[in-house]
Amino acid sequence: MTHYETIIGLEVHAQLLTESKMFCGCSADYADAAPNTHVCPVCMALPGVLPVINRAAVEKTIMAGLALNCTIAEEAVFARKNYHYADLPKGYQISQYELPFCRDGWIEVEAKVEAEVEAEAEAKRVGITRAHLEEDTGKLVHAGAHSLVDLNRAGVPLLEIVTEPDLRSPEEAHAYLTRLQQILRYLGVSSADMERGAMRCEANVSVRPVGVGEFGTKVEVKNLNSFKAVRQSLEYEVARQIALLEAGERVVQVTMGWDEANGRTVVQRTKESSADYRYFPEPDLPPLVVERAWVDAIAARLPELPDAKAARFVAEMGLDPREVAVLVADRAVANYFEAVVSAVRNPVSSRNRVSKYAPKTVANWITGELFRLMNAAGVGIDAVQITPAAFAELLALVDAGTINVNSARRALDGMFESGRRASDLVAELGLAQVSDAEALAGVVAEVLNRYPAEVASYRDGNEKLFGWLMGQVMRATRGKGNPAVVRELLDRALNVQR
Amino acid sequence: MLHSFTIHRAAALLRAGEISATELTAAVLDRIYAVDNAVKAYLTLLPEVALAQAAAADAAIAAARAAGTLADLPILTGIPLAIKDVITVAGVRTTCGSKILESYIAPYQAAVVDRLAAAGAVILGKTNTDEFAMGSSTENSAYFTTHNPWNLDRVPGGSSGGSAAAVCADECLAALGSDTGGSVRQPAALCGVVGIKPTYGRVSRYGLVAYASSLDQIGPLAKDVTDAAILLGAVAGYDPRDSTSVDLPVPDYVGVRDQGAGDRGLHGLRIGVPREYFAPGMQAEVEGAVRAAVELMAELGAEVREVSLPHTDLALPVYYIIAPAEASANLARYDGIRYGLSAPADSLWEGYRRTRGQGFGAEVKRRIMLGTYALSAGYYDAYYLKAQQVRTLIKQDFELALQDVDVIACPTSPTTAFRIGEKVDDPLSMYLSDVFTLSLNLAGICGMSMPCGFDAAGLPIGLQLIAGAFAEATILRAAFAYEQATAWHKQKPAPG
Repeated sequence: MTHYETIIGLEVHAQLLTESKMFCGCSADYADAAPNTHVCPVCMALPGVLPVINRAAVEKTIMAGLALNCTIAEEAVFARKNYHYADLPKGYQISQYELPFCRDGWIEVEAKVEAEVEAEAEAKRVGITRAHLEEDTGKLVHAGAHSLVDLNRAGVPLLEIVTEPDLRSPEEAHAYLTRLQQILRYLGVSSADMERGAMRCEANVSVRPVGVGEFGTKVEVKNLNSFKAVRQSLEYEVARQIALLEAGERVVQVTMGWDEANGRTVVQRTKESSADYRYFPEPDLPPLVVERAWVDAIAARLPELPDAKAARFVAEMGLDPREVAVLVADRAVANYFEAVVSAVRNPVSSRNRVSKYAPKTVANWITGELFRLMNAAGVGIDAVQITPAAFAELLALVDAGTINVNSARRALDGMFESGRRASDLVAELGLAQVSDAEALAGVVAEVLNRYPAEVASYRDGNEKLFGWLMGQVMRATRGKGNPAVVRELLDRALNVQR
Repeated sequence: MLHSFTIHRAAALLRAGEISATELTAAVLDRIYAVDNAVKAYLTLLPEVALAQAAAADAAIAAARAAGTLADLPILTGIPLAIKDVITVAGVRTTCGSKILESYIAPYQAAVVDRLAAAGAVILGKTNTDEFAMGSSTENSAYFTTHNPWNLDRVPGGSSGGSAAAVCADECLAALGSDTGGSVRQPAALCGVVGIKPTYGRVSRYGLVAYASSLDQIGPLAKDVTDAAILLGAVAGYDPRDSTSVDLPVPDYVGVRDQGAGDRGLHGLRIGVPREYFAPGMQAEVEGAVRAAVELMAELGAEVREVSLPHTDLALPVYYIIAPAEASANLARYDGIRYGLSAPADSLWEGYRRTRGQGFGAEVKRRIMLGTYALSAGYYDAYYLKAQQVRTLIKQDFELALQDVDVIACPTSPTTAFRIGEKVDDPLSMYLSDVFTLSLNLAGICGMSMPCGFDAAGLPIGLQLIAGAFAEATILRAAFAYEQATAWHKQKPAPG
């Protein structure tokens, strides 16, 4: 069987997080609003209205362009894209055609080398053809025999990001989308939430026998509303195209839609019936001159991006790249982590001073214990009510030997629940660690008396029982015994009486 | 005879307390009732609104008199004006002369109407227009044709024919029109009134229903140059809602009258006469009257020389690519979904077909098709792009000519008012009526038409004065001087 290479290019639309819409003063935050309440003469396209460019949307576009390593145009031109549909009030969409804001960029994604067993991550550069600014359409709500038009979404700023045909598998497409979403969220320019329609994806897919230079006939796949849909539809489409070629048939250039329910792509439009959008420069908006100083000012405000942050964590804190990837996936988590590290290093009171708690320990506590609590509660880092300082205090209590790790976990549960301080919870729940050898010796003696058979077995050489007995002592202290002290007392007791 | 007053005369009498705005408005309404059955200038009349605004103006005048601040009162306070029905007035029907907007009531109003309202003006109603301002005679109005007050068998010109006829027949003191290829100046010429096409960006287009966005500009139609200057000054100025409006101070347009007055005349003013604008086929009386007007301006001290605008013959074909291209997009919004005519249908596409098929007239459909074709894949470069390149050449023609002269003088239209029905079946001949006006819109510069004589049939002839971008004051200076030396503007028709 011939081996095939997959060629994928993605077009992503991301709604920009601006106060107002792209060309009018209506609020762009229409989620949960009653239909047609975020509208005005401009976004309803009443006769005689004119668009005015939203400066914040342009800034966010330039910011995204810079983060995607694009060249920023010195002059950008809006264009009318003409087509009729009920959700498009003007009968044209104001978009960009010949002179977009951003061109010729790239981002690096973690691509998996095609391997059989353990796929090794490797950075792959994906070219960005262009990123331009346009307006979203309204929405149609189908109600029985009727379709209702809601124009709340009409005119919301939309950033369109188009890649080169650089992606070689559905996995790479998925990785690219993940990275793009991460970057847009880091920049704060878009919620990039696919499930809520704030980020939408279309793919161009083709296959060719390995070694062939020209691209195969491409098929456009639309209606990809989730990461899962992107991966599944691409896998389906690649398999469909390969099956066609294997059967000696041709791939026809069409636009397909992803049918989520039936898990297949369905033809929406053939090439012959494809629209001619008759683009021409928008006469209502003069070309927008993008001053270099403006771009520089935006560049200066650019936040640290995931790659740079990850590299810094590895270099400055000596963390493992794999662990760092988890921390930087979400900017808010990364910021929280850094804030805890900072609080640990610069405690508000000497009580919180931590000597040996390296960033590694902080990372473990966050990716282990805190993530466990967040997952169980189904909340994000934004909902966590434990301040970085409070987290640092908890770690300081462990470090000082006031509580052991088990108790710290229990205290963290309480802090997560109520937002209360670790020291209060330790006092209230009586979590303070018992290091008093005399008190603990009594407990050890009691346990040894209770389990004579096990003690005898241990002394006969069944050394595994030491851990079990240790556990019984800790249990008897309700987890508060200082493990080091307990271990020493138990060891002494068992071996003296031997 | 209050209805025959100019703005400046009425304003003086209002301030002197000799007339009231209510009397003035009532007199103009009476004039409309008397002659508009014959002239048919108005599509929508607003007598109650107008009288209420007049009463408010009277109160404002009384208050200002009591406070001793009459001098600060805007000059348009209490002045009854007409608005072309492509400009929105809040709460008032805006038809654009089209069936597709027959029932459309605008919920917001144009920037120019805001400015007029702030100045205390009285809005009498909305005047007839060729459908979506596409035409040169008002015969493309879906409702009726306006008649030229000088001869009711003749067209008033267009597309602002309703406004021009209303001014001419004293059915308002002055009016607003819109000019995309000559739609203010050509009807001004054919009705013997003054009309200005301001520089592109001088007046906000917000609330002007778009025909061709890169060419459209709102302009005044008035009984004399002073009134045109007053109305232009009132509506001009930057508007953040129109990104193509320009943030430049508005000069005192009336004040420049004094520069051309008295002994100083037109000394120092250089007037260019473009040789390409006296083409064979134009009405001899028009050429004669325009050349005589130029001679008179020379006698007033102007230096006259011939200039050349070599790409003049390309203006018409370029205009009929760019304007329809923009119109094809601008008119896409009339889809029967949100407002206006909505023909019942079983599917979205059938709804579009029926609504637009029934709602638009033949000329509008013709231009939508022309524009759609010119923008289509495979034709864009040959038509739209090429037209934009030639547009640049036309603009450069004017820039070059206006390096040597301050004002260009030429005919506004090659003929006087033609007969109703004469050109309706011959669009190309109708398009030629604007052959001298549309190049200015392509160049984005300003121009004016003012009366300069009559033909043997007693129909007025228009003189067109052209200047560079934002040089309206230069045109007005020449126009004031010429007007003071002539009496054409004082002649009145007797319609009905």
